[in-house]
Amino acid sequence: MNWINSVVRPKIRSFLTTKRDVPDNLWVKCPETGQMVFYKDLEANQFVVPGSNFHMRVGAPARMKMIFDGGEFTKVQVAQTAIDPLKFRDGRRYTDRLKDAKADTELDDAVLIGEGQIQGLDVVVAAQDFRFMAGSLGMAAGEAVIAGMLRAVEKKTPFILFAASGGARMQEGIMSLMQMPRTTIAVQRLADAKLPYIVVLTDPTTGGVTASYAMLGDVHIAEPGALICFAGPRVIQQTIREQLPEGFQRSEYLLAHGMIDMVVHRHQLPETLGRICRLLMTSKTMGKAVVETPAKKMNGKPYVNGAAVDGKTIEAAVRTGPGSGVIEAEPVPPSERFEARDKARRDPDVTQRPAGKDQPRS
Amino acid sequence: MERTPPPRTYLDFEKPVAELESKVAELRALEDEDSGVSITEEIKKLQQKAEAALIETYGKLTPWQKTLVARHSDRPHALDYIASLIEDFTPLSGDRYYAEDAAIVGGMGKFRGRAVMVIGNEKGSDTESRLKHNFGMAMPEGYRKAVRLMEMAEKFSLPVLTLIDTAGAYPGIGAEERGQAEAIARSTACCLKLGVPLISVIIGEGGSGGAVAIASANRILMLEHAIYSVISPEGAASIIWRDSAKKEEAATAMKITAQDLAGLGVIDTIITEPVGGAHRDRTRVMRATGDAIAKALAEFDGKSPDEIRAQRHDRFLKIGRSL
Repeated sequence: MNWINSVVRPKIRSFLTTKRDVPDNLWVKCPETGQMVFYKDLEANQFVVPGSNFHMRVGAPARMKMIFDGGEFTKVQVAQTAIDPLKFRDGRRYTDRLKDAKADTELDDAVLIGEGQIQGLDVVVAAQDFRFMAGSLGMAAGEAVIAGMLRAVEKKTPFILFAASGGARMQEGIMSLMQMPRTTIAVQRLADAKLPYIVVLTDPTTGGVTASYAMLGDVHIAEPGALICFAGPRVIQQTIREQLPEGFQRSEYLLAHGMIDMVVHRHQLPETLGRICRLLMTSKTMGKAVVETPAKKMNGKPYVNGAAVDGKTIEAAVRTGPGSGVIEAEPVPPSERFEARDKARRDPDVTQRPAGKDQPRS
Repeated sequence: MERTPPPRTYLDFEKPVAELESKVAELRALEDEDSGVSITEEIKKLQQKAEAALIETYGKLTPWQKTLVARHSDRPHALDYIASLIEDFTPLSGDRYYAEDAAIVGGMGKFRGRAVMVIGNEKGSDTESRLKHNFGMAMPEGYRKAVRLMEMAEKFSLPVLTLIDTAGAYPGIGAEERGQAEAIARSTACCLKLGVPLISVIIGEGGSGGAVAIASANRILMLEHAIYSVISPEGAASIIWRDSAKKEEAATAMKITAQDLAGLGVIDTIITEPVGGAHRDRTRVMRATGDAIAKALAEFDGKSPDEIRAQRHDRFLKIGRSL
């Protein structure tokens, strides 16, 4: 240890030493399998543990970078809201906690709004950052969600929301609760303008966020294994004093119970979101110049719930897939498309059947 | 002279009042047995003392004490208000998807001569009815029923009255499986898109999302000693202070009283309760509530559905912007 470290007080020390680029946690442990991953590898794989496919939590700026084309987006400014409406303190002042969260995350509050393109289509995206006071919904976060939605209405673009939140911001009490109806009004503005509102539920999405704008999307997508609920598992266990079912309140469970449309691997999100938005915006973009990406067909592969792949499919796909760790959802690249000329390559039972399925077989 | 009988149960902080009132009752019994000489005078004095004590206690209720009053077992609940304020009440049941949830009651009827749809959280008032109504904690079915009734009200141009009194939506496996969050979100959205006036009265506890789901109204009225909060004081104490004993501190810090909420612009009107709380004089609190509802409803007479909807949207979007 350097002599200066033992003499100079910590606060001053931070001025003397330059900030390190390398994160403290050079090695990260997969919470599911316990395997150790090199941080750089994890980052390169969009914070999905290679091998186990465990989806780690992602901060809002990183999320924006991985979802927009080329990682490029413009931050949408959000109007200032009152800070600390209740003059709240619980041993520490709420304003101090806010300051810390802002310093740690370099964000204004828990919701970041960006606009840019996904697969060549203009969109407005909101990303919640769980690092900022557990992504909790307070006045600033609510205002940001509203601003993002209204921005999409103004620009006539789809609105995509990445939800990640522990629920209401307790320190703002009732003002936090009021964000539920407030954001819901903005959702209705989107609906009135007939613009797609896509919610991507990530780990964790709970409480007042789930019980308002996060469950009002046109299409609900979840990342694999995410906790999505109204009341948290602990609260439920304390109330009913029973063992909770396996996989309770996880993405795959919600898919099975009809609450979401699909579970999509993080690597597939830009493609899936781009496709959904393009399909839903068809009537709006007609006559306008749109960057056309080639359409993809099902091509005889099993239909798994839209672009959805459940947890098991993902695992299997990773093991048997083309090695890259990227999940192949059912859309198929043009090269593999069903064409008459490559009939021979396919399973004769499927391909040689006449096109109409009602036609009797000879 | 007719007097409201003293409440069956006293709260801890009402002890001085309880002692005085029980003394008065004792003397009354004595008086009935043999007509003593100066006992009437004594009773009168004690009576005044008890009333003074009650006024003093209720004049400076802490937020935690208000929480206890709001949850008082004798406090009138939604069905009591419906019985007193609504004529021809015709209860409606079921969400048409899964089940009937008695934690949310509702139906149509006439409020002061005008056909309305009423929806309320019902806690129940004895063990049997509390179980039936699941202590006022609704399942997704309850909120889906609320949506059904609100949509029906919209169809037939009936104003909607909602009576809020719940600790919150029920946290259970079945509730989660069937989409508690989605049900609440849809119900809130339904409130906000109605073209008919929606008036909410918080009569006891306004517990978080479970309350917002049917309280996203044009006008929110609140009884003097009711509470409305994002989380119960106990919940806040254990989450934020990590010590459930800090509930009194939490109740104060969370700003849950009608007086605080009026200051923050969250509610519109405070309905005065009789001294000692709504349960001490039901007739009076019902009348005051009825008057307040009538006044709020009258504001929307002759307004178009778009105007009514726009008012509701503005009302909520404005919240917090001028703080």
